[in-house]
Amino acid sequence: MSIPPPTLELIRVTKTFHAGRSSEYQALRGIDLTIPSARVTALRGPSGSGKTTLLALIGALARPSSGRVRLDGEDISALPERFLADLRLRRFGFIFQRFNLIPGLTALDNILLPAYPLGLPYRALMARAEAVMTGLDIQRHAQTKVDWLSGGEVQRVAIARALINDPPIIIADEPTAHLDTALSKEFLAQLARLKAAGKTIVIASHDPLVFESGLVDCTTDLRDGLIVASAP
Amino acid sequence: MIFHPTILALLTASTLNALVLMAAALFAIGLLRRWNLADGSPGQVILERRTYLVSTAVGLVLLVQFVGLLLFVYNAERMSVLFSGAMCATGTLNVNGYGWPTLMLKMAGVFLAVLWLAVNQADNLARDYPLIRRKYALLLLMAPVFLAEAILQALYFLNLDPAVITSCCGSLFSDAGAGVASELAAWPPRPAMVVFFSVLGLTLGAAAVLWRAGRGGALFGVLSLTQFVVALAAVIAFLSLYVYEHPHHHCPFCLLKAEFDYIGYLLYGLLFAATGYGLTAAIHHHHGRLPSLSGVLPALARRHAGRALAFLLAFGLLAGGIILHSNLRLIQP
Amino acid sequence: MIPLARQRYLLDFTVASLLRRPGRNLSLLLVYTLVVFLLASAMLYSQALKQKAAALLQGAPEIVLQRLEAGRHALMPADYLERLGRLRGVTQVQGRLWGYYFDPAIGANYTVMVQESADQAAGDPATDAQATGDPGPGQAVIGVGIARVRGLAPGDVLSLRGYDGRPHAFDILRVLPKDTELTSADLMLIHRQDFRTLLGVPEGHFTDLVLSVRNPAEVTAVARKIAERLPDSRPILREDILRTYESVFDWREGLLLALLAGGVLAFLILAWDKATGLSAEERREIGILKAIGWETGTVLRMKLWEGGLISFSAFGIGYGLAHVHVFHAGAPLFAGVMRGWSVLQPSFTLTPQVDPLQLATLFLLSVVPYTLATLVPVWRAATVDPDSVMR
Repeated sequence: MSIPPPTLELIRVTKTFHAGRSSEYQALRGIDLTIPSARVTALRGPSGSGKTTLLALIGALARPSSGRVRLDGEDISALPERFLADLRLRRFGFIFQRFNLIPGLTALDNILLPAYPLGLPYRALMARAEAVMTGLDIQRHAQTKVDWLSGGEVQRVAIARALINDPPIIIADEPTAHLDTALSKEFLAQLARLKAAGKTIVIASHDPLVFESGLVDCTTDLRDGLIVASAP
Repeated sequence: MIFHPTILALLTASTLNALVLMAAALFAIGLLRRWNLADGSPGQVILERRTYLVSTAVGLVLLVQFVGLLLFVYNAERMSVLFSGAMCATGTLNVNGYGWPTLMLKMAGVFLAVLWLAVNQADNLARDYPLIRRKYALLLLMAPVFLAEAILQALYFLNLDPAVITSCCGSLFSDAGAGVASELAAWPPRPAMVVFFSVLGLTLGAAAVLWRAGRGGALFGVLSLTQFVVALAAVIAFLSLYVYEHPHHHCPFCLLKAEFDYIGYLLYGLLFAATGYGLTAAIHHHHGRLPSLSGVLPALARRHAGRALAFLLAFGLLAGGIILHSNLRLIQP
Repeated sequence: MIPLARQRYLLDFTVASLLRRPGRNLSLLLVYTLVVFLLASAMLYSQALKQKAAALLQGAPEIVLQRLEAGRHALMPADYLERLGRLRGVTQVQGRLWGYYFDPAIGANYTVMVQESADQAAGDPATDAQATGDPGPGQAVIGVGIARVRGLAPGDVLSLRGYDGRPHAFDILRVLPKDTELTSADLMLIHRQDFRTLLGVPEGHFTDLVLSVRNPAEVTAVARKIAERLPDSRPILREDILRTYESVFDWREGLLLALLAGGVLAFLILAWDKATGLSAEERREIGILKAIGWETGTVLRMKLWEGGLISFSAFGIGYGLAHVHVFHAGAPLFAGVMRGWSVLQPSFTLTPQVDPLQLATLFLLSVVPYTLATLVPVWRAATVDPDSVMR
C-alpha cells in the first residue's frame, strides 16, 4: 500500500505543562510524526503516555511548547487562538470520549453547534443538518433532547456533530472506552464508512477492538511522551 | 456642587471608563515589553488571552462614552433652568471654565475609541498580530485623555454654582464678541457656505475615490477630520440661523431642542457617523499595505469609505435641505 | 464584520441556554429588577414633582415684594403701593394678604390666604364676591388636606379661634380641586375682613405685594429698580423660586440615590459572585464549544448576550414597575422623603411620562456597572482551554 501525501506533520514537538513551577512536567518530549490523508492513524499507549496531549496538538486544540505543526504544508504552531478555532471549525470534526453532547438541548441543536459561527443562511444550515442526520439515520430524533437518547443514538448524534461542517479530518479520543462491544462495533462500522468517504481519521485508543478491526492503517505507540514504535 | 442623579451617573460613567483604560494601559505596558508570538510559553498565551478582555472592555468604554456624551449635552440643556442667564446648554457649559474642555475631551474619547476598535478589528484579521504594538501604544495615548476627561468633568460638576450669572448662546456666539466662538458667528454666510460646501464636496470626492478605486486613504482621513471641524463651524456660522430662522441666533445646542424637531440629533448623528467611518476607512487603507493584511483590509477600507460617503451625502443633503427649506434668506440669489 | 445570521444563531443559543437553567439566574434577575425599580421610582417621582411644581408656578406672579424689618419679613404698609409708583414693563401691582394659622385640633398649620380680584382689592362695590366664586365674609374655601383631616364637606361649618381668642365660624363654600393638591392641600381661602380679624393684621397693611411683568427679559431690570426705590424691600423672582424648587427636588433625589448606592453595590457584588461561580457543568460546556471550534470572542459575545438579556429584562420590568408605583400607586415608598413630612400631606396623581434623559441616567447607573462587574468573570469563563474537554 502506498502512503499518500501527509496532511499533518509534527516536527520535534514538545509540550510542557506548568512550566517554571514545581509541578512542571513534560507530556511530550519531542515527537516527529506524519499523518497521511484519507487514512486511519491510531495513537496507542497507556494512560499518561501523552496520547491525549498529542491528539490535542494534532487537532489544533492547543499549541506546542516547542517544535512545529504543519497542516497541509502551513505552519499552524504559532497561529493566534482565533485562527486555531477557525481551523477546528472548518478542518476538523471531533468525537470525544463520552461524546460530550450538551444536555438540555435537542439532538438537532447539538448537531448544529459547530455550524453556528459560520453564519450560514438558515435554509442552508437546515439542509446540511438534514443530510447528515439522514446519513446516520437519526432524523426522527432531531427534536428529542439528548438526555433521552439511547447510547447508540448519542453516539450517532456525536458523529453527526463532527460531520456538520464536512471537515476533511476526524479526531476521535477514546471513542469506545465507555461503550459495550456491540456499540463499539457499530461505531467502528461508522468509522469505516467515513474512511471510505475519504476522510483522514486520527484516533487515540487502547481498545484492542479498534486495532483488531482492520480499519487502522498506521499505528503509533507512545510511552512517557515519546514514540516507541510506529507501523507501518 | 449640584446633587443630581444624572450628574452622579456621568461621574460614575467617566470614572469607570478612566479606571478601565488605566488598567488597560498598565496591561499595555506589560504587553509592549513581553509580546512574542513565536513563543509558545504560558506567559504569551496568557497575554494573548488578556487581549480579548481589553478589546471587549474598550468596546464597552466606547458604548459608555457615547451614551455619556449624549447625556452630558442633554443634561446641560436640562440644567439651564438652574442658572441665571442660561437658556440652553451653552449657558450651562459656560458656568465655569471646565465645561467646554470636558465636552471636547468627550468627543475626542468617542473618536479615539472608534479608532482603536478599528485598528483592533484589522489586527484580528491577520494571522500574525501585525498591529498589536501600535494598538497598545494607542491605548497608552488614550488613557490620559479619558483620565483628563474624568477629572475635568468632576471639576466642572463640583464647581457648578447656581449663584453664578452665566452668559448664554446669545452673547457667546454673538457676532460682536471676542474669541473663537464669536469669530465663527461673525463669519459672513456667503464665504462660510462656500468653504463648507467646498470641503464637503472634496471629502465626498475623496470618499468616492477610496470607495471605487481604493486610493487616497490618507487624504480622505485628513479631509474627514477637516470636514468635521468645518461642519461644526458651519453650524455656528450659518446652519443654525437657517434652523432658527433668526439672523443672529448662532447656537449649536438649541438645535437639539424639541422646538426644532430634534433636528440637531439627526444632523450631528450623520456627521459623527460619517467622520467615524471616514477615520476607520483611512486607517484601514493605511494598514492595508501590511503583507498579512493586504488580502482583506483594502476591501474593508473601501466598504467603510462607501458608508462614509453615504453618511456624508445624507449630511450634505440635510444641510442643503435646511437652507432651502428655511424662511430665512441670508444671501440674496 | 459579523454576519447578522451568526448573531441571531448566537442569540437563539443564548436564549436556549438561559431557559435550560431558569433557576440559576432567577435570584439575580429579582435583585437586579429590585435595584432598577428603586432607582427608577426615586427618579420618576422627583421628576414628576418638579414638573408639577413648575406647572403650578406658571400662573404665579413674576415678582413678589416683601418688606424687611430687622432682616425679617414684615407687614407691608399700603402706601408702599404709591411709593412704588409706575414702573415700565409692570402691568399690575397688587397687595396680598396671607399667613399661617395653627390649628391645635389636628396639630397642623394652615396656609390662610385672601383671594380676590384686583377690582375687589381696589374696593369697587360693583364686584360682588359671590359672583367670582371667591369666599365672602364668613365663608371659606379649603384645600383637600384640611377637608380630609377635619372631615369637612361644602356646607359644613369650620370653627377657629382668632388671634385674640374670639371664635370665628366659617361656612365651607368649596373644596379646592384635587389636581392642585401639591400646593393647596393645607390652603384656606377666606375674605379680607375675616383675615384681618382672625390673624390680627391691621387695616392699611398687606403681607406682601405682587407685580406682574409681561416681558421675562425685563424682570431683572424691574427688580433692580424696585430695590432702588424701596430699599427696605426684597423682590423675589418667580424664576428664583422655580430654581429653588428644582434644586431642592434634585438634592432630595440625589440623596435618595446616594442611599440606594449601598443597595447597588450589594447587587454588583452579587452579580460578580454569580458570574464568578461558574458551575463545573457550565465550564465543561464552554470547553466543548471551544473544542468544536467556537472562538473565545464568540463565547464572550454569547456571555455578553446573556448578561444583556438579563439586563434588558430587569431594566424593562423594574422600570415598568416603577412607573406603576409612582404614577398609579402614589409612590408609597418615597412619598415621605420626597415631599417632606407634614400632617396635611398632599396625595395626588402625577402625569405619567417617559424621559430619555432618565432612561440614559438609569442605564449608566445600573446596566453599565453590572456589565463591568461581570466582565472579568465572563472573560475568564470564555477563556477556558479548548483542550480541557479532553483532560
